[in-house]
Amino acid sequence: MAGSSMNMVFDDIQGLARYAHGKLSATSFLLLDVADATAARAWLLSAPVTTAVPVSPLPETALQVAFTAAGLRALDVDDAIIEGFSDEFIVGIAADQSRSRRLGDTEGSAPGNWAWGGQAGDVPHLLLMLYAIPGKLDHWQTTVQGTDFEQAFRLRQELPTHSLGAIEPFGFVDGISQPDIDWEHKQTTNLHERDRYANLLVPGEVLLGYPNEYGRYTERPLIDPVDDPRASILPAAEDDPGVRDFGRNGSYLVLRQLHQEVPKFWQFVDREAGSDALERDRLASLMVGRQRDGTPLIPSSGDPVSNRFTFEHDPDGHQCPVGAHIRRSNPRNGDFPPGVTGLVSRLIRILGFGRNHPREDLVASTRFHRILRRGRTYGSLLTPEDAVKPGAPEEDRGLQFICLVANISRQFEFVQNAWSMNTKFAGVHDESDPLLGDRKPLVDGSATDGFAIPREEGPVHCLHGLPRFVTVRGGAYFFMPGIQALHYIAGQESVQRGAEA
Amino acid sequence: MILAAVEEGRLEPLDAVLKTMNRAAGMADPANSLVPFDQFDRLHVARFVILEANTGSDIKAYGVTPFRWPATLVFLGDCDGSADSFLAELVVRSGAGLRQIFSHCEGAPLDQDDLLDWLKQHNKKPAANYINWIGRTVVQVREEVALQKALSAHLRKLVDEIGAEDTRALRQRLLSYLEFEKQNGRITLTPAPRTPPGWYIRNLLHKFGVPLLLLVISPALLLAAPFLALRLRMLERSDPEIAPRPDRKSVYALAELEDHDITNQFSAFGDIKPGLFRRCAVLFFLWLLDYAARHIYKRGYLTRVQTIHFARWVILDDRRRLFFASNYDGSLEAYMDDFINKVGWGLNLVFSNGVGYPLTRWLIKDGAGREQEFKYYLRRHQLPTQVWYKAYPGKTAFELGRNSRIRYGVENRPDNDREIREWLGLL
Ligand code: HEM
Repeated sequence: MAGSSMNMVFDDIQGLARYAHGKLSATSFLLLDVADATAARAWLLSAPVTTAVPVSPLPETALQVAFTAAGLRALDVDDAIIEGFSDEFIVGIAADQSRSRRLGDTEGSAPGNWAWGGQAGDVPHLLLMLYAIPGKLDHWQTTVQGTDFEQAFRLRQELPTHSLGAIEPFGFVDGISQPDIDWEHKQTTNLHERDRYANLLVPGEVLLGYPNEYGRYTERPLIDPVDDPRASILPAAEDDPGVRDFGRNGSYLVLRQLHQEVPKFWQFVDREAGSDALERDRLASLMVGRQRDGTPLIPSSGDPVSNRFTFEHDPDGHQCPVGAHIRRSNPRNGDFPPGVTGLVSRLIRILGFGRNHPREDLVASTRFHRILRRGRTYGSLLTPEDAVKPGAPEEDRGLQFICLVANISRQFEFVQNAWSMNTKFAGVHDESDPLLGDRKPLVDGSATDGFAIPREEGPVHCLHGLPRFVTVRGGAYFFMPGIQALHYIAGQESVQRGAEA
Repeated sequence: MILAAVEEGRLEPLDAVLKTMNRAAGMADPANSLVPFDQFDRLHVARFVILEANTGSDIKAYGVTPFRWPATLVFLGDCDGSADSFLAELVVRSGAGLRQIFSHCEGAPLDQDDLLDWLKQHNKKPAANYINWIGRTVVQVREEVALQKALSAHLRKLVDEIGAEDTRALRQRLLSYLEFEKQNGRITLTPAPRTPPGWYIRNLLHKFGVPLLLLVISPALLLAAPFLALRLRMLERSDPEIAPRPDRKSVYALAELEDHDITNQFSAFGDIKPGLFRRCAVLFFLWLLDYAARHIYKRGYLTRVQTIHFARWVILDDRRRLFFASNYDGSLEAYMDDFINKVGWGLNLVFSNGVGYPLTRWLIKDGAGREQEFKYYLRRHQLPTQVWYKAYPGKTAFELGRNSRIRYGVENRPDNDREIREWLGLL
């Protein structure tokens, strides 16, 4: 794929894979079921879905669409095609207990208690995401839906969304750190040249149909156009040009409605801080790994909220606790611990010798476990100052957490399980993510509701009795197809676009 | 490892009996009435697993007719001290239970008096064995867990009382507290049991004998190397890769048994590729691995991996099949991540001699690096472990190592400020 054909590719990718639509702060996320497959396909075929082609001036609206396995089935996509997706996608986020156990979706967060998506047979068919600049949403909604929308779909639910500007409900600036997608293929995936952490990520970790960080193609549905002539509208598979790639330019979309108890969070921190406002902010920032305004706790070169740092020089977590939310979500590790400079040191490390710190090697290399976050907040603003007041109202507030990945189990589920929920992450002692943790005791009864703040001076400062601040209210695994695949789903018959080279 | 073929038609009742030993799917009730694991204070981990040749017909890809493999019950555990005396203890304490379990197997002893001999006859030695920390006993693990708990809790109290700044005072008060607890019998730190001299000498002989032997045969190996390399590349080019996506139901059945504790069990079983070359290769690399595990990787890490408590490789059925069992911390996805990104080369050395393994180049390249095929291959060869026991639930191998470092600090009392700070930081 040559650089010159870039725009051609971008017009087959849904815009969300490239842009967060940050300026379009008004959103409507609709969970829909297919009511009439024929009408639904016709509607989808003409839907003004936003692509990743840059436009100027910036657009005032956007539309993205994604499907669950049940949704593809309801639109009469062949079972053989659906079987080409990963098991996680086919089975779904909530269908088996072992997955729920791994994701920490237990007790209050167990699928049985979800408001949507938690019961078998209760998975929405599709997710329609409308974005607009403030004031333009209603009009955009009317335009998008057109006339036959009601006949085609049944509205299950409109998920609440409400922009709080740049911050999330606990009051921290969010959406700062994202992987840089390497659209220009600047960086190699060769294992021998990727010792250190880099923020560049190959497109194949977000989109199907491209080489992933292992330099290989993630599994996705491939269709032989001989069996199914309609598939000839799809792009050819890069690794097998004889067949068509239904997955190409598409992405898995993980959606989880995360309810945040803002007063509970700030009142807990306030108590631990002895009601000292500065100390309160300090403790909370240690839990997140950034200050409220986004400044990282590790000195970072460049502007104050920049993202150019790793934890290499803070192995004990004296500056940023090892268990902090951002350190768990992205430990910023390379394939090798720091100190590998040449062939010999590399060999020594491969054989397991020469460890500089006992914790080295406990945490996986990050590049195989990145996620592209695209969430939106909901609920009204409650500042920390108001949240600590007795009787501060506990309302519906939280995050419609969304991330895009090419491999759900290796990326989203791994981050959630091996990093966020893991009570032994990087050798921490029986604690899970201070924001997200489920606080479930271990099998031997050990509590996991602590949060350790390592100190240069010696003894760890440990917060105890963290309650669960975040509860899962719903969720599903979707597939956000490329534009041609969307047209295929919508039943398009003939080739209308130039086939991709 | 004890193994015995299950009688025709007795698989289901056997499975039902094994299930009665559990308190959650696959998780043994330590006090179950058949084999009350918690009564053995030198048993680290144990499992019952039924070996079935689920992938037995893959070998047809070589034009070889699969050999018959009856469903076989395996019992294995890792214990301190000699295996023989452990078996004897096992027979005394849970003879009736074992007889009931093994009564589903061919030729099982009806009589208590015959049980020990029968078990010994059905015992099979592993080709390679890995122990996270050689010499760390169950008693030591438990005492050090108690030590860590007591010291950590007391440190919090002290910090509330006198602050965190004076680290020397903190340590001094912790040590006095420990003395007090020891005197009152609430904490014990049993000195490490003496290594039997016989073991010591045998180990030493092995330690130097193997390299010596390698040295002696090295000229022959060197001469043969070009031919071996050629043969290897020929085989690598023609060996079929058999790594389809495993069936969803069986993956579900395996996942059901996982992630109850922070540690998981893994049991896998498969055929060795036909031909002399592959059989010799697997034996040779397992022999090296066993050596490395015994003399080099015996202090908390196996190359870059620090999450494996115990692992073993057993060659079965006249060198036609390989059984692999391990106990690892974290989820399977994380375990596979370690395999692929940290020790792919090591896995390839051994497992690339297995039928259907993801294609390798030069024995160590690719293989596990073929991420998706490797993950499928692993899951497809994995077998459900019907009953699994671990003597220290909730504890990772890394934590056991840290607890030992805490104890080391107690017994050796470092005198420089940095070391004292580091020691306090462990608590
Ligand atoms: C209500 C729940 C959550 C809240 C309040 C929250 C909050 C935050 C905040 C304040 C940041 C720092 C800003 C930034 O670096 O962009 C952040 C970063 C991040 N979060 Fe979350 N988060 C939540 C849930 C999750 C979940 C469920 C995941 C994934 C499983 C996740 C993954 C990440 C990642 C990957 C980063 C970036 C880390 C980095 O690259 O440095 N978050 N989150």
